[in-house]
Amino acid sequence: MGNKEEKRLQGSPKLVKFFIYLVLALLAVTIIVPVAWVFVASIKENSEFYGSPWVLPKGIHYQNFIDAWQKADMGSYMLNSVIVTALALALLIIIALPAAYVLARFKFLGRGFWNTMFMAGLFINVNYIVVPIFLMLNNGDIWLRQTFGGTFFLNNLFILALVYASTALPFTIYLLSGYFKSLAKDYEEAAYVDGAGYFYTMVRIIMPMAKPSIVTVILFNFLSFWNEYIISMTLLTKAELKTLPVGLMNLMAAQRSAVQYGQMYAGLVIVMLPTLILYMCVQKKLTQGMTIGGLKG
Amino acid sequence: MKNKRRRSGFIALCVTPAIVLFIIFMIIPTIDVFRMSLYRWGGYTAEKTFVGLQNFSTLFASDKFYRAFQNSILLIVIVTIVTFFFAIIFAAILTREKIKGQNFFRVIFYIPNILSIVVISAIFSAIYDPNNGLLNSFIALFKGGTNDTPVLWLGSPKIVIYSIAIAMVWQAIGYYMVMYMASMANIPESLYESAALEGAGRIKQFTAITLPLIWTNIRTTLTFFIISNINMSFLFVKAMTNSGPDGASSVFLSYMYQEAYTNSSYGYGMAIGVMVFLFSFALAAILNAVTKREEIEF
Repeated sequence: MGNKEEKRLQGSPKLVKFFIYLVLALLAVTIIVPVAWVFVASIKENSEFYGSPWVLPKGIHYQNFIDAWQKADMGSYMLNSVIVTALALALLIIIALPAAYVLARFKFLGRGFWNTMFMAGLFINVNYIVVPIFLMLNNGDIWLRQTFGGTFFLNNLFILALVYASTALPFTIYLLSGYFKSLAKDYEEAAYVDGAGYFYTMVRIIMPMAKPSIVTVILFNFLSFWNEYIISMTLLTKAELKTLPVGLMNLMAAQRSAVQYGQMYAGLVIVMLPTLILYMCVQKKLTQGMTIGGLKG
Repeated sequence: MKNKRRRSGFIALCVTPAIVLFIIFMIIPTIDVFRMSLYRWGGYTAEKTFVGLQNFSTLFASDKFYRAFQNSILLIVIVTIVTFFFAIIFAAILTREKIKGQNFFRVIFYIPNILSIVVISAIFSAIYDPNNGLLNSFIALFKGGTNDTPVLWLGSPKIVIYSIAIAMVWQAIGYYMVMYMASMANIPESLYESAALEGAGRIKQFTAITLPLIWTNIRTTLTFFIISNINMSFLFVKAMTNSGPDGASSVFLSYMYQEAYTNSSYGYGMAIGVMVFLFSFALAAILNAVTKREEIEF
């Protein structure tokens, strides 16, 4: 029986191989074609969109990118996105790294409690709590307006970055302390014997060793901060403060009424390109990091 | 003694900022969701009235809630099953078969996962465009070049939820595939070798070795599937259809967001949030119990 089955499968290895390649190629095509199509469409002239979508562009129409960058303000949205992402990453690393280190390697009162709390935080979905966060900041602004006559919390890129960093804390601490726990105690002991202080040991000895984990953390969080739009849309209501994905949503809405196809596809390329380039450079690291950082839903 | 003080100082300095931010931006808002669900509150006024569970009884009497509930469950079930099926098969192919360009396929399949949901929504809106979208023009090829009755992929209340499901599957396959690949890579080669000697073919090897040995990982991903599908369906609906046409594609969180902002009934919106939270927790617990098997060591 087993022999028969084996014969059947061995009998047509070419056919099986062909079928496997066919299936792989099919999925690859369904992923490549839509993405490539956006790039092609971004250099088409507006009139070309009325014909068949499969026709290649007549020429390279740069104007779409200039329009998207200037008229549709994607340039300033890009700047906002860069500021928010960079700030949030910097805050996150400065805050999460020491916390993860201490939570993983020092015994102190409340350590177990906070470790559990941060673990539980992994299951708090940001989209559930965006409304209370908005209300909290809004109430803060109302209070400020009454006492000082100005506002601070909403429409503030720094506050948005702070919210991003804070909501990324559980995942980041989980990932980093996993690494710190795996280190041998000898490193610190040797440093203390040599007379190094706690701070020096952490910054000079432990952190350089944790570099690969830190890179993974930065990669994952870069993607999630750069692509995020629900919190950004809620906390930044002024037009000039929008981040790229929110600006793109506006462009999508505008496209429906004013038919600016070329501009929208150019906008899409502007949003996609940084993540695609980064991905191509570090894809190995990212998919490897997935094994440890797999909890990010 | 001095050393001990320095040690405590160092610990406090390191963990305090993280704990403070975590409390302000995660714990308090989470408690607020539960607390506010018991109030009637417009949000902008200070006037809050405690109404007990009234928001919840309104919720259970609301047709809109049931529609969002139905759509969400449909998406969770369909997207989970289809994504799981594709992800595990492609993971098995890429780890078990000797094929050229294995790395190329892995890199390509993961691409949707790095794109913003807004970008994916825009791409799929273009694909689904009734007049000059990729899909309808593709269908027109088989109908002899012309397409008099274009399918309204996002405009028809009956189809829209499936159109969103396709986009969600497209986005998720690569992510779960890489997860399964990682745990499949840990299975010792010798198991497959001895199975092959005994005459087990590809499919037999997959069901008898691969599946049981990565079962723990599959169970973990089931929880991810629930949490992330609730989340993702909101992101897609928000960017692609904004719950349209006429609320036909509203899901849990989009309904919550809509009630809280457009209708300014924050208390009611938060009651929805509490229900979704309890529902996802219960579903994860049930699935976890149902899929429990004795763990196999290798």
